[in-house]
Amino acid sequence: MEQFTGKVWVLGDDIDTDIIIPTEYLAMKTIEDMKQYGFSPLRPELAAKIGKGDIIVAGKNFGCGSSREQAPEVVKALGIRCVIARSFARIFFRNAINNGLLLMEQPDLYDDVAEGDQITVTVNQAVHYNGKNYPIASLPDNLVEILNAGGLVKAMRKRNGLEKEEDHGTDHY
Amino acid sequence: MGMTIAEKIIALAAGVPEAKAGNIYTVNLDRMMSNDGTTHLTVDMYHNKLKNPHIADTKKMVFIVDHNVPSDSPKTAASQKKMRDFAREHGIDFWEGKGVCHQIMMEHYVCPGELIFGADSHTCTYGALGAFGTGVGCTDLLYGMVTGTSWVLAPETMKFRLTGKLPEGVYPRDLMLTIIGTIGANGANYRVMEFCGDGAETLSVDDRMVLCNLAVEAGAKTAIFQADQIALEYLKARGREPKAVFCSDADAVYHSEYTFDLSKIRPVVAKPDFVDALAPASEVCGVHIDQAFLGSCNNGRIGELRTGAAILKGRKVADHVRFLVVPASQEVYLQAMEEGLLQIFMESGAIVMNPNCSVCWGSCQGVIGEGEVLISTGTRNFKGRAGHPSSKVYLASAATVAASAVKGEICTADRL
Amino acid sequence: MGQTIIEKIIAHNIGAPSVKPGQIVTVQADRVMVDDIMMPFIVSKFNEMGFGKVWDPDKVVMIYDHLVPASQQDDVRHYQVGDRFAEKYGIRNVHRSDGICHQLMTEAGYVKPGDVVFGTDSHTTTYGCVGAFSTGIGYTEMAAILGTGTLWVKVPETIKVVIEGEMPEGVMSKDLILRLIGDLGADGATYRALEFSGPAVDAMSVASRMTMANMAIEAGAKCALFTPDAKTAEYCNVELDQFQKGLTGDADAVYERTMVYQAEELVPVMACPSQVDKIQEVRELEGTPIDQVFIGSCTNGRLEDLEAAARVLKGKKVAPFVKLVVTPASRKVYEDALKAGILKVLVEAGAILTHPGCGLCCGRTGGILSDGERVVATNNRNFLGRMGTSKVEIYLASPATAAACAAAGTITAERNVSYEGAQEGKDQCHAASGGSRHPL
Repeated sequence: MEQFTGKVWVLGDDIDTDIIIPTEYLAMKTIEDMKQYGFSPLRPELAAKIGKGDIIVAGKNFGCGSSREQAPEVVKALGIRCVIARSFARIFFRNAINNGLLLMEQPDLYDDVAEGDQITVTVNQAVHYNGKNYPIASLPDNLVEILNAGGLVKAMRKRNGLEKEEDHGTDHY
Repeated sequence: MGMTIAEKIIALAAGVPEAKAGNIYTVNLDRMMSNDGTTHLTVDMYHNKLKNPHIADTKKMVFIVDHNVPSDSPKTAASQKKMRDFAREHGIDFWEGKGVCHQIMMEHYVCPGELIFGADSHTCTYGALGAFGTGVGCTDLLYGMVTGTSWVLAPETMKFRLTGKLPEGVYPRDLMLTIIGTIGANGANYRVMEFCGDGAETLSVDDRMVLCNLAVEAGAKTAIFQADQIALEYLKARGREPKAVFCSDADAVYHSEYTFDLSKIRPVVAKPDFVDALAPASEVCGVHIDQAFLGSCNNGRIGELRTGAAILKGRKVADHVRFLVVPASQEVYLQAMEEGLLQIFMESGAIVMNPNCSVCWGSCQGVIGEGEVLISTGTRNFKGRAGHPSSKVYLASAATVAASAVKGEICTADRL
Repeated sequence: MGQTIIEKIIAHNIGAPSVKPGQIVTVQADRVMVDDIMMPFIVSKFNEMGFGKVWDPDKVVMIYDHLVPASQQDDVRHYQVGDRFAEKYGIRNVHRSDGICHQLMTEAGYVKPGDVVFGTDSHTTTYGCVGAFSTGIGYTEMAAILGTGTLWVKVPETIKVVIEGEMPEGVMSKDLILRLIGDLGADGATYRALEFSGPAVDAMSVASRMTMANMAIEAGAKCALFTPDAKTAEYCNVELDQFQKGLTGDADAVYERTMVYQAEELVPVMACPSQVDKIQEVRELEGTPIDQVFIGSCTNGRLEDLEAAARVLKGKKVAPFVKLVVTPASRKVYEDALKAGILKVLVEAGAILTHPGCGLCCGRTGGILSDGERVVATNNRNFLGRMGTSKVEIYLASPATAAACAAAGTITAERNVSYEGAQEGKDQCHAASGGSRHPL
């Protein structure tokens, strides 16, 4: 089972898509241009501090608001390995999966973890922190297929005969 | 010896019997206008650079938010807030979103014989009512605000005798672009452009504003018409009295004299990127456009809107063209609404915006992109004025702009 | 067993007798909406996916609204990319300056009762006002739909919301939906469908229903549905067929839960900074000074909204040093309001009337604010930084309340300013008049 360890950034409840990437920067040409403004309304310093492989832990309703897919793309581009929240908003959830950004729902970790601490994640099983295990649910099959394909773009490329790997994750289209 | 109108206004403001071009005078300012382009800088200087900050006479001050309305970024919003708070604190007349500053000034403040400073280059517009209005920087404005006075170098005057009458389908805009094209973008540097002659009598105050407004594009310090019956009626209708009505003396000394026969003027454009790059409009017909703009302190009044609407009526703006129509003030907007012009514009597919500087100012709304072409009734076509540095701006009359919006390429109204 | 409206629509779409919440199914899109801000991303994903054509160009509607008029140089690129895409793939439904996407989708007849519609904007839930299943998606999924015409969805559970009785004077559907969001919480309906019914809902105009469906997303809902009725049919210019007529929740349908409100008990409310579910009654906030008011958006920029504002502002002036920005939701709304004399009233009161578009609601232009400023707005979100800096306070309210606040210069309820001889004012502001508030 895939396992990784990363440093934690703790954000609150209802982290909306305007916080993740404000509209002001949405028409920039690339996600790379935008990512420096990630989370700027809430914590302007954060984007520069996030390192590759870091993990965000948040409260309920992470990603609520707009359908802007720039939001999960910016989170991913900043180097975030996964987001663990009490719950996610629906559109953000789909967008993240479609871009291969791993999301996990976990009800208790948010209360216990402190920013800057290290946590270890065993995908589809549990988060390990301070000697304690926090169970996480596994994703539905159709989402695992998209993630396994490397995101929705790759899945579509396979469907259109542009990627040669073994064919999974395309049937539901 | 005789004096020009400009010299007489300066003499009056300086409290001297006679003013002569070339001399420097200390003058009492009748009015000072400042807009959201620079007022925040003036306010900063007021608070940070003065030992005893005070305002000589708050009644002489007018603050107008018109450049970025409604505001388009936290930065412009902060500048405007600074301006608003200052006006509120000091009891300064404050206008926001009611129109382009020069239009507001003409509708509500300017009187013949006044000497007015405005922190905007197109303050020369006020000559349409026989006032001496000129653009200054925010340091000059601050000095005027604190002392109520300033100094002026009395400028030489160039006489532009207008004869005859503009033909049907030709507008004051074509006339002024022709004049600037003739004398060049620095052809009136530091000087006053005085318009007179029987041709001047055929022009309304709104028409005269078109001429005076663009004088700065020939480098002029200001431009001026004698306040005649037409001007006095405009004033009376708005419940104002002149400060002084002057005409130039017969033996006044002029720097130079020009005569323009209005009947010979034809539709023209100023080609990118200079206001004096004059060409007959017929010569550039067929140039593909991406955006058209009808508005500005130069050409956003009821007459221009009527001209534009007459062309748009029953027609559609070309699919690929964004046609922005921006009345110069709330008063103009309401009148255009009453007359059914806004309805015509909306039905044609135009974008009708709130009164403000808009496309002419190149920020906030109707910004043009890389490689795009704009035809505009704005004041300037400098490189990058309306957006991306690679974009191009043609200046033309409301008629040519409206016809081009329909055609999707530059087109004169008679060829539509 | 009985079904909810969303279950009926999805079952009909996939040609199954019934579906159950939790089931994952692939639906055919009846229509999709693409807005300007997402355009370049959609096109690049579409190309990357390797599609050679759009599955059905007539089912695609492209609407430029977030970036109209362009406030930055790069905005224009979005139109250019869109225009090229439309030309290449034969997409004819392109609106370049006609108003907000969600207003146009139903107003211009693109969405009919029972349709399944996806859009690249979270407020796509709006079309539930005519009994369509519509929801917001990201640009990658939109690119995939443009190629395939299909999308997987999980059949949602339904929360039934019943509004009994009659809406009181001065209370608008905005007050109702804000109250509901407050009760549900910003994530209270996540993954679920809201289904509205009851006499107060039946009595509502389609426009009022739009306000409610529009804001369902603010409680996290996937969609919000109203049963199509005679008003819907008239608005959509269709005769309802058997399927459309049958789009009601069955008596024995299974709901996740049912919430019942008595309309008479509703009062004007606001969502306070900076959460949509932080609801307070307007009277509790009375007297709070404000700097700006915004009336517009896909939530509340329609004719009846402008009319409500005009009723309050007729013969009055916006308070000194307060800015009122009005942005009609569509070209048609502007024209209708113009003909009805509503715009005249608003402009005479001192409103800054802009061209239809998303305007201030999407935070690009249209009245951005700065540190320490407070705005009362009729749109759908009051998130941190949504309308300028993170130190701007946004209060969401109904158009009637917003207009009253504009006249008073403070937070106040409509009843306080709607009386004869209320405040007279001038177009320009003097500190003398600015300092003293009208005694309300």
